[in-house]
Amino acid sequence: MDANKSLPSSAGGEIAVERARGAGLLVRRDRFRPAEALPWLAALAAFFIFPNQMVLGNQTLIMILFALSLDLILGYAGIVTLGHAAFFGLGAYGAALLITDFGWSEPISGLVCGALVAAIAGFLSGWLLLRYRGLAFLVLTLSTTIMLQQSGNLFRDFTGGYDGIPGVNIAPLFGHFDYDIYGHTYYLYCLGVLLIVFYCMRRIVYSPFGRALVGIRENIDRMNALGSPVHWRLVVAYTISAAVAGIAGALFAQTNAFVTLGVFDFDQSAAVLVMLILGGAGWLYGAFIGAALYMVLQNELAKASPAFWQFGIGLLLIGVVLFVRRGTLPRMLNVSRLLRWRTQP
Amino acid sequence: MTAAALEIRNLRKNFGAIEVASGINLALPHGARHALIGPNGAGKTTLVNLITGRVRASSGQVLLDGEEITSLSQAARTRRGIARTFQVNQLFRNLTVLENIYLAIGERTGACNRLWRSAGGETAVIEEALDHLQSLALVSDACRPVRELPYGRQRLVEIAIALAQQPKLLLLDEPAAGVPSSESHLILDVISQLDPNITVLIIEHDMDVVFRFAKRITVLAAGAVLTEGTPDEISADPRVRAIYLGEKREAPRG
Amino acid sequence: MVNTIVSILFDGLAWAMFLFIVSIGLSVTMGLMGFVNLAHGAFAMAGGYLVLTTMSAWGVPFLAALAITFVVVGAASVLFERALYARLYGAGELDQVLMTIGLTFMAIATYTYFYGPLTHAVRIPDYLAGQITIGARSFPAYRVFLIVVGAALVAALWYGFDRTNIGAKIRASVDNRRMAQSVGIDVDLLFTITFAVGSGLAALGGGLAIQLLGLTPNFAIIYLVFFLLVVAVGGSGSIWGTLVGALVLGMADTAGKYFFSDAGTFAIYAVAVLILLFKPTGLYGRE
Repeated sequence: MDANKSLPSSAGGEIAVERARGAGLLVRRDRFRPAEALPWLAALAAFFIFPNQMVLGNQTLIMILFALSLDLILGYAGIVTLGHAAFFGLGAYGAALLITDFGWSEPISGLVCGALVAAIAGFLSGWLLLRYRGLAFLVLTLSTTIMLQQSGNLFRDFTGGYDGIPGVNIAPLFGHFDYDIYGHTYYLYCLGVLLIVFYCMRRIVYSPFGRALVGIRENIDRMNALGSPVHWRLVVAYTISAAVAGIAGALFAQTNAFVTLGVFDFDQSAAVLVMLILGGAGWLYGAFIGAALYMVLQNELAKASPAFWQFGIGLLLIGVVLFVRRGTLPRMLNVSRLLRWRTQP
Repeated sequence: MTAAALEIRNLRKNFGAIEVASGINLALPHGARHALIGPNGAGKTTLVNLITGRVRASSGQVLLDGEEITSLSQAARTRRGIARTFQVNQLFRNLTVLENIYLAIGERTGACNRLWRSAGGETAVIEEALDHLQSLALVSDACRPVRELPYGRQRLVEIAIALAQQPKLLLLDEPAAGVPSSESHLILDVISQLDPNITVLIIEHDMDVVFRFAKRITVLAAGAVLTEGTPDEISADPRVRAIYLGEKREAPRG
Repeated sequence: MVNTIVSILFDGLAWAMFLFIVSIGLSVTMGLMGFVNLAHGAFAMAGGYLVLTTMSAWGVPFLAALAITFVVVGAASVLFERALYARLYGAGELDQVLMTIGLTFMAIATYTYFYGPLTHAVRIPDYLAGQITIGARSFPAYRVFLIVVGAALVAALWYGFDRTNIGAKIRASVDNRRMAQSVGIDVDLLFTITFAVGSGLAALGGGLAIQLLGLTPNFAIIYLVFFLLVVAVGGSGSIWGTLVGALVLGMADTAGKYFFSDAGTFAIYAVAVLILLFKPTGLYGRE
C-alpha cells in the first residue's frame, strides 16, 4: 500500500491514517509502559529478599541517582564531563554541614540544602564552562573539581579535611521513622527519594525541552541554525543535573553518617561514568542497570581481588565501547539489535 | 521607500591573510527569487554563512528588513526570520522525520522551553509538523529515522525543516546537490511552489534550475561580485561564460 | 630572595622538562588525529616499570635501561594502536575517553598484580646522584640531568619537525589532514609512527620520573591530569606549545608550592583554568 505522492486527494484517508500514526508514536512514547515498573519491583524485592544487604542496597540506590544525574547531561545533552563528582561532593557537604554546623537534622531539609548548594555551583560553573568544548571542557571540569577538593583541604577546620566530618546524624524521617543499624529505613528513604526524583527526570527528558537537548546532542550546528538558545538550554540541564547529583551526595552523607573529601575524587567521577556507560546512556534506565551491576559486582569481586576487579571493569569498558556503542560485532547477533533499541531515546 | 528584505553593504571576511569575501553588496526585495552562482571556491557558501551569522564578518553590514543584524549571533538572526538549508544535509539523522520538524517548530514557538509538559502533548506543534510533512509528501516517512531515507528524500526533510521555521528570508545552499536525477524533480517542485511572500536566495550550479527559478542572478567570483542582472543579461554576458569555461580547465576542486 | 628564585627556576625547569618529555607524545597524537588518549599516563607508567625491571633483573645500567624502555614501549604501543586505537579514529570524544580509561584501568590492575601497590625506587648511577656546583650554588645532579635530557629532546624534536621530510609531513597533516591525504601523504602510517615515538617518549619520561616522583601503578592516573593540562594549555599538535605549556605550568606549580605550601597545590590548576578560559585552544593552539 503506497501513499504515493503523485496521487490526488483520493488518498486523503491514507494520509489521515499516516498522520495519526506519526502523532501517536510521539504521544505513546511519553506514556508509562508496564515494563517500567520492573526496577521498582526489583528494588522492593531486594528489600525483602536480602535484608542483610541493605547497606549495599543503599549505596546502590545512591549511585543510581548519581548516574541518573549524569545521564541528563551526558546521555541526553551529550556533554562529556570528568568532574561530576564536584556536585555530588557539594551536596554531601551541604547536607552534612547543615547538621553539624547549624544543628538542623531534619533529613528532607538536608536534601534540599545539598541540592541547592550543588545547583548554584552547577549554574555558575555551567554558565562559565559550557561555552567550551572538547579537550578544553574536559580539562576545565576536571581542574575545577580538583581545585574544589583542594580548597576543601585548605579550609579543613570547616570541612574536616580528608579525615572528614563524623556525626552526620539525621533526625527520624517525618519525625517518626527511626533508623536501625541494618539500614532498612535508610533504604526505603533512599528509594522514596529516588522515585520522586526519577519521576521528575522522566518528565523532563520527555518534554519538548528534553527533545531539544537530544537535538543539541545529535546536531548542535542544526540547533544553532534553528535559533535554539543552545547555551542556556545546556546551562539549565547542567544545573538540574548538578542538583540531582547534589541530592545523591546528600543521601550519601546522611546514610553514611559521615563525609570526607574523598567524595570529590576523580575515582567517583570515573566510576559514575563507567556505571552509566555500562547500562547505556541516554535512556535513564541505563543508570539503574549500570549502577546495580557495578555495585553488586564490585561487592563480590573487589573483595576477592581489587586488581581483578579493576582489570575486569577496564576490559568491560573497552568491550562496551567497541562492540555495543560502535557495533563492531556483526549484526548477525540479535543481541546488538536489542541493544541498539536501547540507545534510541 | 520600504527597506529591502535583505541588504548587504560592503561585506568583507578575512581568514588571516586570505580574503574570502571582498566588499560584497547585495539587495533583495521582498518576495525575491534570487540566485547566486559562480565557480567553486567563489565564496557562495561563505556568503550564506555570513548572512546567517555562522561566520562573523570582518567588516560591512547585513540588514534584515532595514534592521542591522551584523552583530547578532546565528541563533538570534534565525529568530528574526532567517532559515537556511546546508549544502550537505544537517539533520538529526537518528531522530524520526517528524521529530526533526518538531524541533524546528518547537524552537520557533518556544515550546522547547517547557520542561514539564510531555512532548507528545504539544498537539499544535505536532499538527503543524504533520502539515509541513504532508505538503512535501513526507507523511509516510514521519516515523522513520532520517538516516533510513534515500538521500533525495532526506534533502526534502532539510527543506522542510527550513520551511517549518516560517522564515521571512530563506537561503537554499545547492538544494538539489547530491540528489539522484530520478528524485530531483521532488526538490524542484517544492522550490517552485514556495510561498511568494518569502524572500529566497538560492545557490545553485545547475543552470536549468537557475533559469527556471530565478528572476535575478548575482555572479560571484573569487569572493567578489562579478555582475548582477536578469537571467537573460547574465547568460549573454561574456565574462560569465569565461569564468565558467575557465573553471573546466581548473585544477582539482578543494 | 635571589636564592629562592633560583631554586624555583631550577626545580620548575626540571619539573617542566619531565612534563614536556611525557606530554609531547600526547600533544602530537591529539593534534594529528584529534584523539583523546587518556591511556598516555599508562605508557609512562609502563616505561617506568620496564626500567625498574631491566635494571633489577638483568643489571642493565640506568641510561641503557632508559633507551631500552623508549624502544620497547614505543614498539609495543604499535600493537595497541593497530588493534584498538585505529578502530576509534573518527569516533566521538566520549568513546575515545572511555576506551582509553578502560585501557588505563587494565594497565593499573596488571601492574598492581605483578608489582604490588607500593612505591618502587630506582638506584641511579653514582654520577647522577649527589650535587653539581654551578657558579655559587650547588644543584641536585639528577635534576640537572633531567634538564639536559629535556633540552636535548627539545632540540632533537625541533630538528625532526622542522628540518626533516617526515617532520614536514607531520606538520602538514596536523594542519589539514584531508589536504595532506589528498596530496598523497599516508596519514595513517604517519600516525602509527608518531604514536609509537610519543609513547616511547612517555615511557622514557616515566623512567626518568622514578627518581623524581617514585613509581606506583597509580602513576598512570595521578599524573595524567598534568599531561592533559600541559597539552590543553600549550595547544595540541605544537612542539613549542607543549614546551611553553610545560614551562608555564611547571613553574607555576613549583612557585606555588614554594610560596604557599599548602595552598600551592592549587596554582597549577588555577593557572591552567585561567589560560584556558581565555584561550581554549591553548597558547599555541589553532582556532
